[in-house]
Parts: sequence; C-alpha cells; structure tokens
Amino acid sequence: MPILLHCHRGIGPAVIGTALVAADNFSARYDLDRAKGIFSRPSHKLAGENYVDRILVLDQAKGGVATAWMLHEMAARTIVPRALIFNRVNPILAQGAAFADVALVDRFAEGDVTSLFRTGDELRVEPAAGLVEILTRDA
Amino acid sequence: MRLTDEERAMLAGEMGEPRRWAISHQIAVGEFFDAADFVPVSQAHIMADTESLGEAGVRFLERLAAAPERERRVRVPTITDPRGIDFAVYRRLGQSEWMAALEQRAITALRAFGVLMTDTCINYQTITPPVRGDHLAYGDTGVVIYSNSVFGARSNFEGGPSALAAGLTGRTPRYGYHLDECWRATKRFRLAETPRDLAEWGAVGGIVGEACGPYWEVPVVEGIDTVPGSDALKHFGTAAASFGSVALFHMPGITAEDMVFTNTAPLPAVTIGRAEIEAFLARFAAPGDKLDVVVFGAPQLSLFEIEAVARALDGRRIHPDTTLLVTTSPEIKHAADRMGLTRRIENAGAVVAAGICFYQSYAREIAEVNHWTRLMTNSVKLVNIIGGYGYRPTLASLERCVDSAVAGRVL
Repeated sequence: MPILLHCHRGIGPAVIGTALVAADNFSARYDLDRAKGIFSRPSHKLAGENYVDRILVLDQAKGGVATAWMLHEMAARTIVPRALIFNRVNPILAQGAAFADVALVDRFAEGDVTSLFRTGDELRVEPAAGLVEILTRDA
Repeated sequence: MRLTDEERAMLAGEMGEPRRWAISHQIAVGEFFDAADFVPVSQAHIMADTESLGEAGVRFLERLAAAPERERRVRVPTITDPRGIDFAVYRRLGQSEWMAALEQRAITALRAFGVLMTDTCINYQTITPPVRGDHLAYGDTGVVIYSNSVFGARSNFEGGPSALAAGLTGRTPRYGYHLDECWRATKRFRLAETPRDLAEWGAVGGIVGEACGPYWEVPVVEGIDTVPGSDALKHFGTAAASFGSVALFHMPGITAEDMVFTNTAPLPAVTIGRAEIEAFLARFAAPGDKLDVVVFGAPQLSLFEIEAVARALDGRRIHPDTTLLVTTSPEIKHAADRMGLTRRIENAGAVVAAGICFYQSYAREIAEVNHWTRLMTNSVKLVNIIGGYGYRPTLASLERCVDSAVAGRVL
C-alpha cells in the first residue's frame, strides 16, 4: 500500500528513484568526491556510499555556497543525485536545485524525513505538488 | 511573487536573455521560500571558482556573456570571491595548465558582465564594507555572517548563480535575513573563557555552529569580557557558518543589532569554557605526525594576520619536506609586498598567494601531485572542509603551526 507524505512545494521535476537515508547533514563541497560519485568525508554517516541517481534523504543543508554550482556541474556529467529530500534546507541547496533542475523538497508535515524514509525505499517525488510517495518498501 | 512592471519585462525577455534567466531563477528560489516580492540590493558577491563551476559552469557563463553588452552588464557593483588559481604561483602549487586555462575562461566571461574581480572573501575588511540595513546578495558564508552580524547588513547566503542573477537584476527575493522576523535570537550561549587566539575564536564558532545546526537558527553569545577584533569575529563567524549553516549571530554590546533582536523571552544558555575549547581542538590533534602542508587562509588573511606570520617566520627556515602557504586578497598582497611582509615570509621558504583560497584551488588534485595528507592550519573552517578532500587536518594556533612547519612534524 503506497504511503503519501506531504511537504512544502519544491523545486525541479517529478522523479522516481531509490532512497539513500542518513540522519546527517549535507554540503557537496564538504562531503562528496564528485569524481567518483561517493560520499568522501570520513565522518559522514554515508561515507563510502555511492550517491549517483539515488534520492538523498538527509537532515539539513550545511556550510558552503559551492553546492549551488556543484549540483549543476554534477548534473552535466550525469553523476548527480536524482532528488534531494531534507527536513529543511538553506538557500544554497534551493538555489543549486533550481539552477541544476534537480528535484528538491523539504518541510514535511509528517515529521523527520530521516525517520519517515528508509534506505532502499522506492519513492516518487513530486515537487510541484508537494508530495512524496513511498511506492515500495522491503519488509 | 508580486512582480513590478520592470520585473515582468525581464521575465518576458524584453531586457535580454541574461536578465530573463536571472529573474526566472530568482522567482523559482523566491517561491520555494514563500518570498512575497523582491528587494533591491546595493552589491552582489559571486563565488565562482572553477573547481566548483567545472566545464559546465564556465560554458554557462560564456553563453550568457555572449549577449549584447546592454543586456549582459550587471546593474549593481558585483565582486568576486576567491578564485582557484593565482597565475603567479600555480605551478609551484602543482596545479595544471588545464586548470589555469579554465580559470582564464571564467575570468573573461565574468569581466564581460562588468564584474569587478576582487577575488576575496574578506571584502568587508578590504573593499567596501556594507552599512546597517544594507540589502545585499553576498556569496561566501563567512562574508554573509560577518556582514549581517557585525555591520547589521541584510543578506542571505547567495550561491554563485544566484549572486550573478542578483547582479543582473539588481534585486533578490525578499525572504530569510531580508526580513526582520528572522533576526530574533533562537539559541543562547555564555562564554566562560576568553579565547586566547584566532584558532580558539574559530573553535568557539565551531561549537556554536554545530550546536545551532540549521540556517534559520540565530545564536546570541554572551559573557564576552573584551571586544574581539575584526579578525577574531571573522574566524568566529566563518567557523559558525561552516560547522552549522549560521548566517547571523548577536553579541550583546558588540554586534550591530543585539539591542533590537535579543531582548526576547529568556533562552536556556549553553556554557562554553576552557574544557569545551580544548575538547574541540583535541578532535584534530596528531602530535608527532609528519607534516606535509601548513595553510593560513579560509578566510583570507588580513594585513595584521600576514604581519603575524612574517613575525613568526623571521630568521627561520621551513622544513624541506613541508610546504607553508599563505592566502590573502589581492589588495592585502599588494600591501604586504609594499611593506616587505611578503619578502620576509618567502625568505623562510613559504608561498604567499593572492586571490585564492586553499579549498577552492583544486585541493584534491594538488594533494595527489604533492603527496600531501597531513595539513595543519589555524582555520576552523578549513579543518571542517578539507577532510572530504582526502586530507587529515590538524588545528592549532598560528605560532604552533609555524613551529611545526619549521620542525616538519606536528608539535
């Protein structure tokens, strides 16, 4: 039975993909090896995980302004997350998603996204409608 | 968003493709944050190093810059954050010709917009400081937090594309720190120990930033018994913005707007004392480790910091297996050259670079070329960033960093 969750109206296209979830924060500059497409910051909870084409579900956007250019640069090389789901983002992540046309949503009515979603969930993200649907979930 | 006639004309493309792209980008961001309208800005500040831009970002700039001059010129003074290449020293740092070529293309495109290539993250110390109530579109988190907090200016973090858009339209969406309602303190800290040096001011900023977390939290820091200098607030702010996503802090009696926005209902206070500062520094300790590179930067050094480095290096020689790099703004580099400070630093075997910042300078690639792993710095922002680039960072005072560079190992 699909589960429907409600968020603020987001940015970018509707997409379907597989969630990669952690109760941690995010900056493209601080956390990623953008050549290899993996989380490279040793202390990040997703260290070593491949983020390409995954729907990243994380707590907050942090630090640095570089993410605004870096999402665009990663999208040009098709080594970019398919969508971004956060509890609440800073302006940089929103600006970057708008510039790169990457799906982004935040501010969920149902609570903490890092608890609502699980790694491996198949999700449909509809930013214009402010909706995320959990299509399938392993038992 | 409510649009004026001029904004509707931009959106319709009547003022050229660069301004059409710019305002449509700004509307997408403004609607995401429920902005009611736009606010005019007096300056824009663009972060646009090529390590972030890549080939795709440079091509984007070149495409917009190909528009007729009347369509592509920025409408308010627009300046730049540090770049990735100092053409005078890039070969000494192991940077490649392709990096220099990409950087030159980006510079050419930015100049075509009428952007002033200041290449600095300390424009508030070296170019034109903003004033209280000044609405801005500043990039670089350290620039924003300092300008909002110390001067009482109004800016959100504006990433490179958004800052360029603001330069082209002369405005930015009115949300976040352009609204008074976002300025109230939400977290309270009490400083029980005065930091001894800039690294410790950064450590306090890191502790505050980490405890605050999201962009929308505003810390007030009480208990400061002496007025910190500009460099101390610079290190505090950049660290708070880096370890959290903080864009504004209040310090009663010191910062611009504390009387207006901190007299709300009492908030529980978190105390920061000697134990907390020492514990923060200890997270990056590596005594005895071979030292590959010492970096002073992030933020770029003021003239006073450059003088302190020169004084610490006088009559000494950096270990042959260690590199010491100082990064500053072009204006401060000129001053340091003129005053003999650059010569004193380089006589010890160090490199003084202008207009760059270390982490924006292809840090991963130059680590591989130079076989650098252990990095030492007095910058809390840099130790937070650089781990993701494959470095093992150590945090210490400027003087201990210099002593370690001379010894070739972490002291």
